[in-house]
Amino acid sequence: MSVMDVAKEVLLEAQAVAKHFGGVKALRDVSLTIRKGEIYGLIGPNGAGKTTFFNCMTGLYIPDGGGFVFDGAPLKANAPHQAAERGIARTFQNIRLFGNMSALDNVMVGCHVRTRKGVFGAVLRDRSTREEEAAIRRRAEELLHYVGVEDRAEDLAKNLSYGDQRRLEIARALATDPKLLCLDEPAAGMNGTETEELRVLIEGIRDDGITILLIEHDVKLVMGLCDRVAVLDYGALIIEDVPAVVQHDPRVIEAYIGVAA
Amino acid sequence: MNPLLGSLPMRKTLLGVLAAAALLILPFVAALGGQAWVRIVDFAILYVFLALGLNIVVGFAGLLDLGYIAFYAVGAYLWALLASPHFGIHLPFWVILPLGAIVACFFGVILGAPTLKLRGDYLAIVTLGFGEIVRIFMNNLNAPINITNGPQGINMIDPVAIGGFKFSAPSTIFGITFSGPQKYYYLLLLLVLAVILVNYRLQHSRIGRAWQAIREDEIAAKAIGINTRNMKLLAFAMGASFGGIAGGIFAAMQGFVSPESFSLIESVMILAMVVLGGMGHIPGVILGAVLLTILPELLRYAVVPVQKALFGEVLADPESLRMLIFGLALVLVMRFKPAGLWPSPDRRRELAEKAR
Ligand SMILES: Nc1ncnc2c1ncn2[C@@H]1O[C@H](COP(=O)(O)OP(=O)(O)OP(=O)(O)O)[C@@H](O)[C@H]1O
Ligand SMILES: [Mg+2]
Repeated sequence: MSVMDVAKEVLLEAQAVAKHFGGVKALRDVSLTIRKGEIYGLIGPNGAGKTTFFNCMTGLYIPDGGGFVFDGAPLKANAPHQAAERGIARTFQNIRLFGNMSALDNVMVGCHVRTRKGVFGAVLRDRSTREEEAAIRRRAEELLHYVGVEDRAEDLAKNLSYGDQRRLEIARALATDPKLLCLDEPAAGMNGTETEELRVLIEGIRDDGITILLIEHDVKLVMGLCDRVAVLDYGALIIEDVPAVVQHDPRVIEAYIGVAA
Repeated sequence: MNPLLGSLPMRKTLLGVLAAAALLILPFVAALGGQAWVRIVDFAILYVFLALGLNIVVGFAGLLDLGYIAFYAVGAYLWALLASPHFGIHLPFWVILPLGAIVACFFGVILGAPTLKLRGDYLAIVTLGFGEIVRIFMNNLNAPINITNGPQGINMIDPVAIGGFKFSAPSTIFGITFSGPQKYYYLLLLLVLAVILVNYRLQHSRIGRAWQAIREDEIAAKAIGINTRNMKLLAFAMGASFGGIAGGIFAAMQGFVSPESFSLIESVMILAMVVLGGMGHIPGVILGAVLLTILPELLRYAVVPVQKALFGEVLADPESLRMLIFGLALVLVMRFKPAGLWPSPDRRRELAEKAR
């Protein structure tokens, strides 16, 4: 799939998003546009503000300025569960699974936001509740299979290997039926084979119609996978373009190596 | 397979039948030791009910609540006010109990709403304060208008009654005479079975999973779209409702309520039942509640005779010695079984791994 085939419709628009922590300007008026169906890379040196950008978008941080428009309507600041409801799912740089729940339960609880049954259903276990519960279980099993950890379904999440935990976190995020899936360094700590599997997985997810925002340090992975890439440095967006252009931009090289090319 | 031993499901059924039979004859066995023991058994069940209510808040949602007794107090006072000569109102139980649940639930939300952002110790302190506020209100709401009758409490509260069938007086059914406490026993048993079912089904539902997720990692729970505020409020409200119902039954059973019954130590006791038994694990919580109700009573009966036998006289004040032994038992359990006496398999694994 080339850039040309990607639908031009905008999914997410960041408008001059600013965030500072005391004197640290983690984000300086970052504006960028993610289009439906693309894999969008967000890269930058350590401490550039990538994770902060995720946190602002998903409502964990309140931006000090600017905001986001998602799928045609503004995103509410400081409302993480609403971001998920609107269709933004994420994984965390330092994996945040529900460690003492089984892998299957982790994904089942991911279905929470797309299901409805409450206390009365839970207590009465009427037919529609049982049906919903069965559907949740089926979906969760499907997703475990999809990311390739179906063998560990009954194991506690914290007992999974590092790579499996990363994949499980993706399965949990997918369970929320997102339009935009945000991955924060999913390949961190993975070996070559695992990274390759991850690349196949991410491409598969995109082919299923889910837009992907990818933070990644593995430059090879990003350049090979992404349709467009944005580079952050000291909280400022320095370029947003196709990988071929970004790769050779002197400002990017400078940001990474610290000297002008 | 040996046909005499039977298959596993058959053995399970057999075990179930035996347990049911034991529960049915229990009040008559207890009566051999006097009606006082039947009352103790009644209270054990009432505390199981309370502990399972608190288990929703502490065990499922992971919210440390030290003011749980307040909801029990609200339920008890509601019953006392609406079914006693104090105001001359005598509503039937099927009106007051649901009302008690609703009012306590309302109080649960009132407590829950401002504390949602607090966690752990901070939440414990605020809920502790709330529990005390409710008790102090009960103590002082006798002037300028006398609502609660202050420290004297409210007397002559109506028992649970269905038509003319009063649970407080003995009656003979099919030639068997049931005492008041024995009749309450069966009512309590019915209620507690209901609350066990509710606990169990909640735990294994969409709601129960969401609570567990919040307990595990609140930020991740938010990020996958769980409305943590509403879910926590729900836990508070549900726990409170059960507290309210238990309070109503308590008032009816005792015929008397006063603020003294709702002191901080009671909240601590119920929390101890949940923690000692095995937080979040229903059979453990039941065990904890039964043990912590029966054990102090056994000690009450044992402390004086044992001292007399050992030393020929009573050396230590029985009441304080009793609490001393009781406290020591708690410390020992927490030292050697930190996950509780009967923890859920997951929790046991978790602590074993930490120890490694
Ligand atoms: N909660 C916080 N409180 C204070 N400072 C913060 C906080 N979160 C981030 N920062 C600071 O903001 C800056 C950007 O951090 P951020 O985590 O967004 O970087 P990053 O691009 O994700 O880096 P990395 O590649 O190391 O993950 C850093 O200087 C960091 O120290
Ligand atoms: Mg980061």
